[in-house]
Amino acid sequence: MEQKTKIHAEDGKQELAITREFDLPLELLFKAYVEPDIVEQWMGTKVLKLESKKHGSYQFETTDPRGNKHRFNGAIHEFAPNRKITRTFEMENTPFGVQLEVYEFEKVTDDTSRLKMHVIYESVAQRDQLLKLPFAQGINMAHDRLQQAASELK
Amino acid sequence: MESRRDVFQAIADPTRRAILTLLAVQALTPGAIADNFKSSRQTISKHIQILTECELLKPEQTGREIYYHINAKKMNEVADFIEPFRRLWDERFNQLEAVMKKYKTKQ
Repeated sequence: MEQKTKIHAEDGKQELAITREFDLPLELLFKAYVEPDIVEQWMGTKVLKLESKKHGSYQFETTDPRGNKHRFNGAIHEFAPNRKITRTFEMENTPFGVQLEVYEFEKVTDDTSRLKMHVIYESVAQRDQLLKLPFAQGINMAHDRLQQAASELK
Repeated sequence: MESRRDVFQAIADPTRRAILTLLAVQALTPGAIADNFKSSRQTISKHIQILTECELLKPEQTGREIYYHINAKKMNEVADFIEPFRRLWDERFNQLEAVMKKYKTKQ
């Protein structure tokens, strides 16, 4: 089966592209990025602020399983309903820098739509570090489980 | 029996992935790598051997010591490295789709 979400990351570049087709009309897909209560539902985050307009800004807060709070924020540079959002994204208190995100929303049929995300990082190294983050977290989780299993044996 | 030296098979093992993560930060000697694990040096040495045969690691002689480096070129060929990142986004988008489908039927 073809994968719904595709990542295109070329070697040695400080950008990547994410594409996804949705079984949703374009208007509904776009709404998912605009309405704070909807964003909260699918991102699993608290929306502290979301001003969906040119020169608006946003701030989200997530709580990890250990109870630590992480905040994300950015500024919206371009806001074209049902077409395009250009914004910055930054994880607060991390060394990952600021990334520029260009979201393009397209109608495929009356009931389906496509999202193209173009993400540009400050450097190749930062992009690669972020790409590897879920991989590293997976390893840490495996280690935690191993340690837990080991301590239960004692 | 000699197992096939397949890159994906190599990184499917959690210990070998942990070794790769360690070496992503800095090159280390086999002894320094083994210090990070509870397994025996022999076991870790076997893992290093498999990773080297897959060209994911490169040994380099420095004085009397051998340091293992990550072979970045080979690592980048391993699309599987990006797979957890892709899955993260896939799950997020699945969630979006589910939330919006529910929203649509409520209207």
